Amino acid sequence: MTELWSLFLRAAFVENMPLTFFLGLCTFIALSRKTASALGLGIAMIAVMGVTVPLNHLIYTALLTPGAWAWAGLPETDLSYLKLIAFIGVIAATVQLLEMVLDRFFPAIYASFGVFLPLLTVQCAILGGSLFMVERNYSLAQSTVFGLGAGFGFAVAVVMLGAIRARLAYADLPQGLRGLGITFILAGMMSLGFSAFAQMVAS
Amino acid sequence: MSARTGLWGILTEPLIRQNPVTLQILGICSALAVTTSVATALTMSGALTAVVVLSAGVISLIRRHIPDSIRLIVQIVIVASLVIVIDQLLQAYLFEISQRLSVFVSLITTNCLVLGRTESYSRHNPPLRAMVDALGNGLGYSLVLTVIGAIRELFGAGSLLGWQVFATVDQGGWYTPLNLMLLAPSAFFLLGGLVWAIRSILPDQAEALDYLRPDDPENAA
Repeated sequence: MTELWSLFLRAAFVENMPLTFFLGLCTFIALSRKTASALGLGIAMIAVMGVTVPLNHLIYTALLTPGAWAWAGLPETDLSYLKLIAFIGVIAATVQLLEMVLDRFFPAIYASFGVFLPLLTVQCAILGGSLFMVERNYSLAQSTVFGLGAGFGFAVAVVMLGAIRARLAYADLPQGLRGLGITFILAGMMSLGFSAFAQMVAS
Repeated sequence: MSARTGLWGILTEPLIRQNPVTLQILGICSALAVTTSVATALTMSGALTAVVVLSAGVISLIRRHIPDSIRLIVQIVIVASLVIVIDQLLQAYLFEISQRLSVFVSLITTNCLVLGRTESYSRHNPPLRAMVDALGNGLGYSLVLTVIGAIRELFGAGSLLGWQVFATVDQGGWYTPLNLMLLAPSAFFLLGGLVWAIRSILPDQAEALDYLRPDDPENAA
């Protein structure tokens, strides 16, 4: 149990997706203009990553890993090079499904998500989470915790960045630094702050 | 950009003026992670440019046959297949660098730059123009990656492409490597600085204020 907890903390803070691995930066920068939209994106990220990483784990171990087809008399078959297409398919399907379920049963939440949900299909952080899961050989429980932790870390980072940018809206910045430039520098400072978390979990 | 712009214009426009990374905020996900040294930055640039040019060509060829409702899926599958090919090639011929790039080559699939170009340009233009446009964007991306990679490697390790420029203290020289340059924050600072520099030279790219300042006499009226 403590092991899973420390994996959660590690995924959320030490290996924060946008700030230490630079994953999902496109949406991280584009949707952090307002705190409200940042919060919506963060919650969507937790939901999608918590579902897709364990789902991809099941698919990878059941179908794609070397030797997965041994029961069918094909012990040599190694389909792991197909993982990219499989993962993208799963992510796209999950996002679509989530969208339909929310639309049908929770229209208010659906309306507040707006365009963020479909955008998540091409989110580097989500695909990256699944690829890291393969690279590090996580078990099913570990990949669930890893997915939730990474989503949570993304949510925390994006809400914080959104809040800081809202505070800076009236700041008198040099013209060339406005918008994109200052956002990168803010993200860099947050990244410096997050690197202090490296001490938090014994690796 | 008018439809009559020459091929040369399509190629050179995205290098600085319409640079995909610094102006359109496309593809920065991978741009920062692989720039700790020039060698990885160059490999990544090559891989991305190849993928974006080929996928633009393929999608442009079949652009009249893709149903609109499933075009995103078709595009992603085409891009993902090309990425798998490139990934396998890198593992076969440049194994060491492909280990250092880890998952980032696979992540070209979800690179906003590739989908952005296919979605906004290749879908409406004939193959040659689409591929030239993709090449221009790929080169613009490569330019940013190489500049940041060079700065980080030069100041972080005192070398360029593995060749020692500054003799470091460990080797009996004078230069103390700046470890911060090899860590995540420096990439953000450098890209922020680069954006600042470009927008200072080309002020028309600067973003407008989100809000008007009420105490500013110019806005009072």
